[in-house]
Amino acid sequence: MKILVPIKRVVDYNVQVRPTDDGRQVELAGVKMSPNPFDENALEEALRLKEAGLATEIVAVTFGNSMNQDVLRHALAMGVDRAILVDVDKQPDSLGVAKLLKAIVKRETPQLVLMGKQAIDYDAGQTPQMLAGLLGWPQGTFVSKVEFKGEQVEVTREIDGGTETLKLQLPVVISVDLRLNSPRFVKLPNLMMAKKKPIETLSASELVPNCESKLKTLGISYPPSRKPAQMLTSVDELIGKLKNEAGVL
Amino acid sequence: MSILVLAEHDGQKIKISTLQAIGAAKQMGSPVHLLIVGNQIREVVADAQSLENVDKVLVAEASRFNHLLAEDVAPLVAMIATDYQALVAAHTSFARDVLPRTAALLDVAMISDVLEIHSPKTFSRPIYAGNLVAMVQSEESIQVLTIRGNRFSPVNNSDSHIAVIEAIDIPDLPINTIWISEDKQASDRPALSTAKVVVSGGRSLGSKEQFESTLGPLAANLGAAIGATRAAVDSGYASNESQVGQTGTQVAPDLYIALGISGSIQHTAGMKDSKVIVAVNLDPDALIFQVADYGLVADLFDVVPQLNNALAKN
Repeated sequence: MKILVPIKRVVDYNVQVRPTDDGRQVELAGVKMSPNPFDENALEEALRLKEAGLATEIVAVTFGNSMNQDVLRHALAMGVDRAILVDVDKQPDSLGVAKLLKAIVKRETPQLVLMGKQAIDYDAGQTPQMLAGLLGWPQGTFVSKVEFKGEQVEVTREIDGGTETLKLQLPVVISVDLRLNSPRFVKLPNLMMAKKKPIETLSASELVPNCESKLKTLGISYPPSRKPAQMLTSVDELIGKLKNEAGVL
Repeated sequence: MSILVLAEHDGQKIKISTLQAIGAAKQMGSPVHLLIVGNQIREVVADAQSLENVDKVLVAEASRFNHLLAEDVAPLVAMIATDYQALVAAHTSFARDVLPRTAALLDVAMISDVLEIHSPKTFSRPIYAGNLVAMVQSEESIQVLTIRGNRFSPVNNSDSHIAVIEAIDIPDLPINTIWISEDKQASDRPALSTAKVVVSGGRSLGSKEQFESTLGPLAANLGAAIGATRAAVDSGYASNESQVGQTGTQVAPDLYIALGISGSIQHTAGMKDSKVIVAVNLDPDALIFQVADYGLVADLFDVVPQLNNALAKN
């Protein structure tokens, strides 16, 4: 079984983001970037499937410019077999990424696309479902457990108020939740070795001629902020405030 | 043109999140039709028929819809949605599973987790775990939206209103994904996502037993749901379903009590829409105090019994 793992390069989850001075975009200049955390869980699961003898090859793919090579190096250092950089001028929206991924799937013919349930920058959580729809494949979304049984895979999904288990027929798209596993630590020698490995580069416009987004971001702002907390000194005072001031008791 | 809202139900009634989605659709200024998919849903349809602002109830009933799978529901919704200006649902795990697949089948981009509707084509949505808000304009032929339920007022049932019912032909649905089982927490407590009061704990509760024995009585006194941080869930103190945050449940109760919670951005993203937030933490510099209305620098193990005593006196 061949596995395709798409990875997004996003602002590191520890960074406090802010809008650019003109309020049109998110400030990315000089900001630390990392692989999307959910995608690292997908990578980890792919590696475990290979170690268990269920997968034969793992291919990582990302969309961006040469700067995005770092997330592919990270994937190579974790242990993927090959890496593909799809060269795009402008980050496509979720539908555009799904269309590009469909083209990669046609080219690579994996049996499984394993990816994060959402990217922590735009939090849209759409691409896996869109890809599954475009391919006409089954989908397992928000998955916290994966179990292969021949040509079928049982997935446990995180749903509102609990979990749900489904049986899906391969080929399949699976989007993973943080609870699925804990990604392995990348050792420095592996990172050094990964620097020497080749990265294949493809042109987005050759894969899919038109991926222009019909969504336009008009502005980026901070959400309305709350007033600083009133610091109280006792439970009695708190009860009084909740009763008389806030009116919630 | 009209707006199609995809309904969620429990087999008897329409869920409050859908009533909020109808409230959001109403803001777009067009007639609203409600699509109900399921099996043996007569009561649900009867409930839906009297909902304010719903002009028509579309009913797709089949035994294969006993459990709703994206592979089945998305092609059905896509088939119907081409007649509409917008397709709207609440941002729940069901719609997050189904609507992106539907949007792809329609070949349109989608906007998730809408906080505010500025015009029928302009919306605000949270990005970076709610630390920023993006205003997005769409030039798509059909707007496919999931909306943040608690930002919109739910519609009510009305005695004087009866919507038209229309049965939908079920298309061929070729994918055979098999539903196996479901594991939902049975509890006397209110559901976390819709509770009026939530008491939440973090890793400082120390153990599963202490988590339950400390928060349980307080929740009972307040009629509250119990929430937890990701760290508390990962440590096994609380169930997955109780996780509040970016990767868990988003809550917006009237009162949120954060006990021993430091206030990571992932956690506050899931609760900062609460009307009144109380934070109790030993660390006066804890980030949670920046989003709280009332703060108490104290040991939660001292505070909770005092709170229980005070509430018992009331």
